[in-house]
Amino acid sequence: MKKVEAFIRHEAFEPIRMELLSLGFPSLSIMEVKGSGRQKGITERYRGAELTNYLRPKVKIECVVSSGDVQTVVDTILKHARTGSIGDGKVFVLPVEEAYRIRTGESGEETLQAHTGVASQSINGSR
Amino acid sequence: MTIRRRTAAAATAAVGAGLALPATAAAQEAVDPQEAIPALISELNSTWVIVAAVLVLFMQAGFLFLELGFSRGKNVGSGVAKILVNFSIATLVWWGLGFAIAFGGAGWLAGDSGFFLKFGSEIAAGSLVEGPVTGASAAFFLFQFAFCAVSLAIVWGTTLERTKFVAYVIFAVVFAGLIYPLIAHWGFGGGLFAEIGPGVQDFAGSSVVHLTGATAAFAALLLLGPRHGKYHGEPRRSRVIPGHSMPIFGLGVLILWIGWFGFNAGSTLGTSAERFAEVAVVTQLGAAAGVLGASLMVVLLTKKLDVGMAGNGAIAGLVAITAPSGYVEFYSAPIIGFVAGVIVVVAVLAIDRVLDDPVGALSAHGLAGIWGTLSCGLFTSPRLAEAVGVGQAGLFEGGGFAQLGAQAAAVVLTFLTVFVLSFATFAAIKATVGLRVSRDDEEAGLDITEHGMYGYPEQFIPAPELIGFGGPQAAARAHTAPVPTTQEVPAS
Repeated sequence: MKKVEAFIRHEAFEPIRMELLSLGFPSLSIMEVKGSGRQKGITERYRGAELTNYLRPKVKIECVVSSGDVQTVVDTILKHARTGSIGDGKVFVLPVEEAYRIRTGESGEETLQAHTGVASQSINGSR
Repeated sequence: MTIRRRTAAAATAAVGAGLALPATAAAQEAVDPQEAIPALISELNSTWVIVAAVLVLFMQAGFLFLELGFSRGKNVGSGVAKILVNFSIATLVWWGLGFAIAFGGAGWLAGDSGFFLKFGSEIAAGSLVEGPVTGASAAFFLFQFAFCAVSLAIVWGTTLERTKFVAYVIFAVVFAGLIYPLIAHWGFGGGLFAEIGPGVQDFAGSSVVHLTGATAAFAALLLLGPRHGKYHGEPRRSRVIPGHSMPIFGLGVLILWIGWFGFNAGSTLGTSAERFAEVAVVTQLGAAAGVLGASLMVVLLTKKLDVGMAGNGAIAGLVAITAPSGYVEFYSAPIIGFVAGVIVVVAVLAIDRVLDDPVGALSAHGLAGIWGTLSCGLFTSPRLAEAVGVGQAGLFEGGGFAQLGAQAAAVVLTFLTVFVLSFATFAAIKATVGLRVSRDDEEAGLDITEHGMYGYPEQFIPAPELIGFGGPQAAARAHTAPVPTTQEVPAS
């Protein structure tokens, strides 16, 4: 079991989510985060005076998958999040000790199975 | 108690004397009613025209809030800058050029006197303000400018969140200097529309102001394209891009609604026979019915009372009642407004499938404007056609089809003229300085990319950076005492 944490641009999120969904990985969380890296800060002007922002907004995706699926998920993120410019973000893969599904009490890898059925359910967010 | 009452009486007398003073000054002691009464009438008329002009000028705030409410938070500052700069450009261009074309004479195409309007200069015969420019003509000038500014504000409804600022500036000059004045001359200034059939009835400008603005907005939209992310997939599907604040939108709608009393009732250009009060009642009835028509329609279609649609209904009702406001009896107004409300809901939903019109300007100003102009041909009462002195009764009031035909001709002429001129102007802008910001700039928002600042800084600048100890410079001297800064951190 591994946890994938990815810091990405906002606009990369939707393609990543769509593809993960179609591959059977609907379970993920995101956070709106602000952070700094090699990307430069941005200078705002407020009534003529300057104000520099070093922390840029990013989206953080977190998802826990079984070890065999890690490469699939990471590849999907890399594919859609890469523009080639500084500021594309980073992906981290962390080991996970244990996982429990609260509804049933199951534990271990079977709580993280790919859900291939979900992709056929309508992809929400559009009408 | 008695003292206070006596003071109040004295104050009243003083005010009365003050009011009478300008009229009596010429006659010194003996007041000659033959001179004083016409002067007082003129002063009263001009007072109402200026009050109405200010109400219409205040509608800029209405457009501002309406557009901001329907924009995302990353583009709100840009909307403020756009309204302020456009409003100001239009002012100067209208003074130098627009007013003369619109109201400087009686030719069928355009006026030709009153450029850079000057007190005392001569306006050609046939103009509504012919002869030397007086205070009354100045009131008329300001009132008509306010209409031009409204029409220009409407143009930008379709262009939110992706337009280069310089495009606004260039088009504002052309629109306030040529496009709007031309149509205003035809509709209000005694030009072309007066010669169509029995004369076109457009009391306050459903066509002249609203259809004109919406048509230019349509031309802009065709060249600009939708916001990124509005349409996706194959077949192309539309996605909602929610605006950031319904309360701000609602405030905009109500400011416009209040301003409209200047717009319609002020178009009487005076207080004679208290016609302005009648027009105000017609306006209120039309607006109210617009809200109800749109609300009912949206509930029927979607089972929910959409807040934005209720507001669009108010605007559609007001736009539609603008042309007939001086021509129809009270009982016709709710019908005209209600139909406009129904039209706007159906049109917004239909147009959204193919064209990205963030505030619904094409529906609320364009289609409702067309409906309002045509509705004169249906509902104009013989009494009021005679009172205004333009055209004849509408179809339902026993007047036959003649008036309806004239109204339709005005709609077609307005649309074609404005569309061709606007499309050409926008195409020229697109070919030279460009009409649209880059994809990256659109993603980041116009506030930071076009103006270098955020409209809502706290949403975009993390709080720790606002209250911290500063950037690299402050960090470098941290071995001494860190200097807390609350706001400005120098750019390294």
